[in-house]
Amino acid sequence: MSRETALVTADWAEKNLGAPGIVFIEVDEDTSAYDAGHIPGAIKLDWKKDLQDPVRRDFLNKQQFEALLSERGVANDDTVILYGGNNNWFAAYAYWYFKLYGHRDVRLLDGGRKKWELDNRPLSTDEVRRPATVYTAQEPDTSIRAFRDEVIAAIGTKNLVDVRSPDEYAGRLLAPAHLPQEQAQRAGHIPTAVNVPWSKAANEDGTFKSDDELRELYAAAGLDESKPTIAYCRIGERSSHTWFVLRELLGYRDVKNYDGSWTEYGSLVGVPVALGDAPGEA
Amino acid sequence: MATVDVTGCAAPDQAAPLPAGVDLARETVITGRVTAADTGEPVAGAYVRLLDAGGDFTAEVVSGPAGQFRFFAAPGAWTLRALSRLGQGTAEVTADRGLTEVTVAVAR
Repeated sequence: MSRETALVTADWAEKNLGAPGIVFIEVDEDTSAYDAGHIPGAIKLDWKKDLQDPVRRDFLNKQQFEALLSERGVANDDTVILYGGNNNWFAAYAYWYFKLYGHRDVRLLDGGRKKWELDNRPLSTDEVRRPATVYTAQEPDTSIRAFRDEVIAAIGTKNLVDVRSPDEYAGRLLAPAHLPQEQAQRAGHIPTAVNVPWSKAANEDGTFKSDDELRELYAAAGLDESKPTIAYCRIGERSSHTWFVLRELLGYRDVKNYDGSWTEYGSLVGVPVALGDAPGEA
Repeated sequence: MATVDVTGCAAPDQAAPLPAGVDLARETVITGRVTAADTGEPVAGAYVRLLDAGGDFTAEVVSGPAGQFRFFAAPGAWTLRALSRLGQGTAEVTADRGLTEVTVAVAR
């Protein structure tokens, strides 16, 4: 993977609006932004309502994913361009999710909704309906998804990257600062995880930094490129952003996203937790 | 009335009043408005980020119809940084438990 196959610029996107075989999808937890104005022709996916199982804490199974994309009119050979708010967190999550189910050509819009808006590019409130398709997903690719036992086993052996803010990592905050702080889980981080906040990989306008800057960022944080890496955050969306950088932009070979993340790990009984700004001992 | 959803990560509706159940004796809430430096008019749809004392990103919200934003932080020094179609602006604030109000003026 590389920047050329994983990412498109806003200029490229604007030139390719309405092009056959290209489907723009806005992904967010709250789709009210889409409803107030979206990239012309883009359909929407709601991170919670569309992409999460309504009962269990897990995402859609293969059949549910096939039904969703068929109904929304996405075909297997479409080039899917994902974008969203929150600096593309949920779009990056959806990118990882499309990859998990084997979609052939999926890309992120660099800068997402923010850059598009700040550039004063066109937005539309027209309703978008695409004719239904028959979508076939692959079996989930678990080489990019980490589960909790694997994460516990990775302490002191694999690269663990905590991409939350320094205050969340140290245990001074339990959630991003736009959310209330009272939560059930314990504060802190997984011992030996290094803290590289997702935001270090992005410019202020939401675009990704250059490959050279990114490589230097993770090398300086002590990430060993020859080792497998697991990224986590609080609920798995910010770590999708970092997973995208490490695997899709920089081409690290073995990178997994731990979508259970801190809301799962910080609630487990008996697991080690480190407090403070240092990674801690295995 | 919109409520803050603690299960997800998306920015809650910034136009909503402070949700019931937020204990101002315990929470450190930084709230305020984005305004245009030249006219003083509120700026809706600005991207407002909260940076910690080391300049690191902590959170980002989009300002509401009257330019409002709100963060749940911790006591200490913070920087607010706003990007909008009308320009950008920065404000420094020292917050304690309870409500701290700040205005961020943006200009080209």
